[in-house]
Amino acid sequence: MIARDPWLAFARHTPARIALGRTGASLPTAEVLRFALAHAQARDAVHMPFDADAVARGIADLGFSVLRAASAAPARDVYLRRPDLGRRLGDASRVALAGGSGAPADLAIVVADGLSSAAVHAQAVPFLAAFKPWIAAQGWRCAPVVVAEQARVALGDEVGVLLKARAVAVLIGERPGLSSPDSLGLYLTLAPAQGRSDAERNCISNVRGAGLSHAAAAFKLAWLLKEAFRRGVTGIALKDESDLLLEGATPPGRLPA
Amino acid sequence: MSFTHRIGPKSYVFSDLKDLMAKATPPRSGDMLAGLSATSAQENVAARMCLADLPLKHFLSEALIPYEADEVTRLILDTHDGTAFAPVSAMTVGDFRDFLLSDAATPAALAALAPGLMPEMAAAVSKIMRNQDLVLAARKCRVVTRFRNTIGLPGTMAVRLQPNHPTDDPAGVSATILDGLLYGSGDAVIGINPASDSLPVIERLLNLMDAVISRFEIPTQHCVLTHITTSIDLMNRGAPVDLVFQSIAGTEGANHSFGVSLSVLKEGYEAAKALKRGTIGQNAMYFETGQGSALSAGAHHGVDQQTCEARAYAVARAFEPLLVNTVVGFIGPEYLYDGKQIIRAGLEDHFCGKLLGVPLGCDVCYTNHAEADQDDMDTLLTMLAAAGVTYVMGIPGADDVMLNYQSTSFHDALYVREVFGLRRAPEFEAWLARMGITGADGRLLTPSANHPLLGFVAERAA
Repeated sequence: MIARDPWLAFARHTPARIALGRTGASLPTAEVLRFALAHAQARDAVHMPFDADAVARGIADLGFSVLRAASAAPARDVYLRRPDLGRRLGDASRVALAGGSGAPADLAIVVADGLSSAAVHAQAVPFLAAFKPWIAAQGWRCAPVVVAEQARVALGDEVGVLLKARAVAVLIGERPGLSSPDSLGLYLTLAPAQGRSDAERNCISNVRGAGLSHAAAAFKLAWLLKEAFRRGVTGIALKDESDLLLEGATPPGRLPA
Repeated sequence: MSFTHRIGPKSYVFSDLKDLMAKATPPRSGDMLAGLSATSAQENVAARMCLADLPLKHFLSEALIPYEADEVTRLILDTHDGTAFAPVSAMTVGDFRDFLLSDAATPAALAALAPGLMPEMAAAVSKIMRNQDLVLAARKCRVVTRFRNTIGLPGTMAVRLQPNHPTDDPAGVSATILDGLLYGSGDAVIGINPASDSLPVIERLLNLMDAVISRFEIPTQHCVLTHITTSIDLMNRGAPVDLVFQSIAGTEGANHSFGVSLSVLKEGYEAAKALKRGTIGQNAMYFETGQGSALSAGAHHGVDQQTCEARAYAVARAFEPLLVNTVVGFIGPEYLYDGKQIIRAGLEDHFCGKLLGVPLGCDVCYTNHAEADQDDMDTLLTMLAAAGVTYVMGIPGADDVMLNYQSTSFHDALYVREVFGLRRAPEFEAWLARMGITGADGRLLTPSANHPLLGFVAERAA
């Protein structure tokens, strides 16, 4: 009953869903269900409650101090409708972070659920494990890592100010695609301040098992951070040239002097 | 000027025309985010009643966004055709709805009326129309455009073949083009959203599509959906650019956030036309729009998102496009929250575009953080097909692996053709039959493993 497509062999050239076959005008049953499962995985990635406790524990186990925070969006449905609330801290978190900040730091790190808590559950701890040696090698002073719930990228600006950081890196769950429900994005902003635009940030996206590896992402973030400090800028004026140093997918062991 | 509407003992006051328009809009999250929407269901209906009583010609005297502040307003008012407007100039917005649904509103009458309509008038009447009204009235609007084939003839629907690939890999792109063509898609355009902004990469994609179209003599056109200034650079380098693409919006500020102005659009339009690459027509522009873009750019001037969107069609029609589509569900739930809002917006956009004389298609789509799924897309696609939509997207299995959203598939197009008996652009239909891809009735044949199109991909993969 199913008409198979004789070009199935070409499917290895693209992740796109080609050569699916058909029954009449329609998709075969198995394809309809395969799609439904992929959509269910992406939906669950958006709506799965963020297990901030486990993520905070995992980060603390790496030897980082950890603070907790929440945005002004009280729940997931509000978060999705009101991006402005996800960009600023809730009142209690603002007070707590102001009280908990210590000496000025080079870098503040925010781990935010964003649009995929599944991404943060899967990628945040292994990424930070890969990034930690770069912090040590460069001698950067790191503020406590802030694990933030119902948060968007710009929340990092307020955190960076409160923690007196020269730069802020936000690790955040990206909008899940059907074939990539657990992809982490990294956003770096020099001199964080409220009102920074996205054009003033550098982004490293698609950090996940089948995408950019944790080791490669950690190298790229370290490269960008070092260059940001050296040139005094992030965003469109700082072009990511770290690819030139990657040999295949393997990053070098040290940053160029 | 403020407006008041009385229902029983209660008076509803609207501070000005844009407040009235916003509060009359069927509920959607973007207007709530902007703080513009009605605060109760009754206020929403009161605003619609008040709007229905408003004379259409009022829009000629009260600009929603000031003439001095916005070049889109200047374009709309400076090009308004008073003679074309005359047959409806004495009508209220409510009368205008009645007229559109009446037998007097024939396809010929509506085509003659289009240059006399401002986008704000189209937006206003859409706000008091139900979904079935939006279908019925749009179905009577005919907009036909031509480049290498004829798009928009009654009884046809075209499909954009969208062969996106996460790294712009030529073999991967070729494999998807093959998949689409062998499923009978690609008459609107073969159009790639590139992952890269780099000129050599985009030029390679243009050459690839140009090669497949010329080698197999396909009566269609191609496009890389890159910034218009990039396309202008590529045309200057002699690259084979068929259609020039640009995202546009309904306010000067929002267009500025896209890095364009009317003069930049004009430059691209003139450059594309001068190439004369069309064989049967020179409609050489391709525009995309979508509700929420003006608010997202902080450039909505307190005007609701659906009215801003209709104004984008006034920008589009100034440049005689081959294709325009609203990317209705792409922007996310903060602008259109769920399937119901996406469906409504898709039908509004299609109606407004067609009424204004623009060849409107729709990217029937959603993201994974919106409250929507394939069932909602089936509903919108079916209603748009009933409404005579110019074209929809064709993506393998509806899953765009580069842009990470779900749109309509090659199979979806076959479904619509089967249910509504819709045909392809005639030149493309004849080509499919000539290539043995479809039979005389337009239905797909079982493809041969030796089809010459397969050889093209094998070469790219070698």
